[in-house]
Amino acid sequence: MKKNLLTAILMTLATTILLGIIYPLVLTGIAQVLFPRQANGQLIQKNGKVVGSAIIGQAFAGPGYFHSRPSAAGNGYDAANSNGSQFGPTNHQLIDRVKADVAALQVENPGVPVPIDLVTASGSGLDPHISPAAAAFQVPRIARERGTGWEQLQGLVAKHTEGRQLGFLGEPRVNVLELNLELDEKFPLKK
Amino acid sequence: MDRHSAIQYLAFGIIVTFLVKPLGGYMERVFSGKRTRLDRLCLPVERFIYRITVVDPAVEMPFGQYATCFVLFGLACTLLLYGILRLQGVLPWFFADYQTTPLSPALALNTAISFSTTTTWQAYVGENTMSYFSQVMGLCVQNFLAGAAGLAIGVAFIRGLAGQLAEKLGNFWVDMTRALLWILLPGALIGAIFLVWQGVPMNFHHYVVAHSIEGTQQVIAQGPVAALEIIKNLGTNGGGFFNANGAHPYENPTPLTNFLELMAIVLLPAALTNTFGRMVGQPRQGWLLYGVMLLLFGLGLIFVHRFEQRGNPLLSGVNSRNSQSQSGGNMEGKEVRFGIGGSTLTAVVTSNTATGSNNSMDDSYTSLGGMVLLVNMLLGELVFGGLGTGLFSMVMAAAIAVFLAGLMVGRTPEYLGRKIGPAENKMIMLYALASPLVVLPLTAIAISTRLGLAGLTVNTGPHGFTGILFAYASCFANNGQGFASLNASTPFYTLTTALAMIVGRYGLAIPALGFAALFGRQRNTPSSLGTLPTYSFVFGMLLTTCLIVMVALSYLPALALGPVLERLLLGR
Repeated sequence: MKKNLLTAILMTLATTILLGIIYPLVLTGIAQVLFPRQANGQLIQKNGKVVGSAIIGQAFAGPGYFHSRPSAAGNGYDAANSNGSQFGPTNHQLIDRVKADVAALQVENPGVPVPIDLVTASGSGLDPHISPAAAAFQVPRIARERGTGWEQLQGLVAKHTEGRQLGFLGEPRVNVLELNLELDEKFPLKK
Repeated sequence: MDRHSAIQYLAFGIIVTFLVKPLGGYMERVFSGKRTRLDRLCLPVERFIYRITVVDPAVEMPFGQYATCFVLFGLACTLLLYGILRLQGVLPWFFADYQTTPLSPALALNTAISFSTTTTWQAYVGENTMSYFSQVMGLCVQNFLAGAAGLAIGVAFIRGLAGQLAEKLGNFWVDMTRALLWILLPGALIGAIFLVWQGVPMNFHHYVVAHSIEGTQQVIAQGPVAALEIIKNLGTNGGGFFNANGAHPYENPTPLTNFLELMAIVLLPAALTNTFGRMVGQPRQGWLLYGVMLLLFGLGLIFVHRFEQRGNPLLSGVNSRNSQSQSGGNMEGKEVRFGIGGSTLTAVVTSNTATGSNNSMDDSYTSLGGMVLLVNMLLGELVFGGLGTGLFSMVMAAAIAVFLAGLMVGRTPEYLGRKIGPAENKMIMLYALASPLVVLPLTAIAISTRLGLAGLTVNTGPHGFTGILFAYASCFANNGQGFASLNASTPFYTLTTALAMIVGRYGLAIPALGFAALFGRQRNTPSSLGTLPTYSFVFGMLLTTCLIVMVALSYLPALALGPVLERLLLGR
């Protein structure tokens, strides 16, 4: 018993050095050498300033940008406070929020049902993507704001649509930040 | 079910099934001390560890000693983690600007118990509570150690069943060390590099402040995510680096990482059925257990997918139909990149394997979809289950099924050629009664006291009730996922959930190990015409039915008050 207690303490300390110091150091070294971009969070720089991460969603408010999904992370897309809404399916806050969002969105496309992901909050509150359907839904508004044709915008959306990995994993998706960055480059907002 | 989801589910099942045999064989070699390819690297490290921790690897431990070591090690781990958490403010990498939630004694104790029992229930928000030091030296290490200790218990349990008239369970320190060096550490290194390649960060930078193109500011949490991410899955722990866990794009950036992380969870517990079959000398017995697991797993997938894809009937003006351009379904709390298919697969895997790393929010599941996840946990985490613990849970269930069958035909029940006598039965009873005797009273106390009801801030009514039941079921099952709207950081919940975790860990492992030890002391009973073969299809069906009936008998009233009632309120 006494010897086993001593072993328990020594074992905890020895393994903590192996798994808490050596393992993460080796891993950090390998990661930083082989995949520096990914290991450092895929930050996107523009004019020397970080504008965001390629895989962390952001809120866009202006009518000339593609909008992301609703977010429950902090006050919306707070990347230091990830969270979902945690609303149950019968929760009135959920039903009222969706009703209000649908009413606002249908002003753009009267009578067209809104793609579900555009009015539901993601689990992380940091979803960088919207579905191709949700992007298509927003094309008329962007075209009007930026004075471009639908087809050019649809082409741009198609360019930023990622397919399923290996042909069967996940869902087709559009990266909102990357799409908006190229949107500003190709079709700048009229001042 | 849409084509791509179906392919994803099938591919998952097929890949796991193909790897059960080679991995099961490898684990058998590791724990029997046979030669393996990693020996040249691992043997010197192993010897060095024994030298500095005063372990004599030749000592065989009887039941009492093995169980004592398991408990002592858990205690040492809990205390070390508690110390690190309480002191994190003066330890390195503490960003006072961001780690704003104080680690109170109750919260630190809850977290320390939670991580040393593989529960990894989180009553805190990772990115604004834990420093990088706590994450790496504290939580990440415990993910390894608690997983390895669980695997050791699983292996000792198998040795007990396979014992020949002697109580030889092995040596806890040796099993734990070999589980770490030969299995978890190499697996974690390879897996983590793969995750980084796909986009999981691995750095110690300060949080990044980004300035968006619309002129707003966004603080982006960073960290050594990959180190924790892989072992939280491989060790069937499940507590995430960030609050959103597997839904966070930094923890689970692509559908491929999702698939790989699920593989990391399931492979070892699934392969352990094969190790079991080999070590008791009857591989068919292992395949039967695996078959039952696969059947229950498949049923869970079908139901959850169906309920989630139908969406929420209370939302109007939306298009939630599955099509080429969207996944559709109930997308509240789910990520676009995973859709219904990837979310369902993850929810069913994590709820079945005592791993809390879900990639969608349980709270926002449809009532019946969420109920399936709850039932998976109430089954006792035996569909693959936790690392090491899943196997003994399934075998204990098989022992109950054998006992029932014995009653039906009026014979002394036998399993693996040994009789299940009164002494063994006592262990089975202790084991089987623990779950309802902990989960139901704790739920009852929570819903009938002001302290308990204070936890319900977002959802109330039947959904709130389900949330509380889910919390205790999850903690007892050492799973750790939960309806996150429940405010579990109050002293009431931190202490009651910690109690459930402790009983769920030690209150199950010790009777199971005791059962195995008793079993190994017996003489073999030669099989006769009247013996029920426990590798037959009929027995598989009996076991499956028995499992479902046991959950129904204990929990049907509670389920009716929660998810079933909520479903009726949904209408249609």
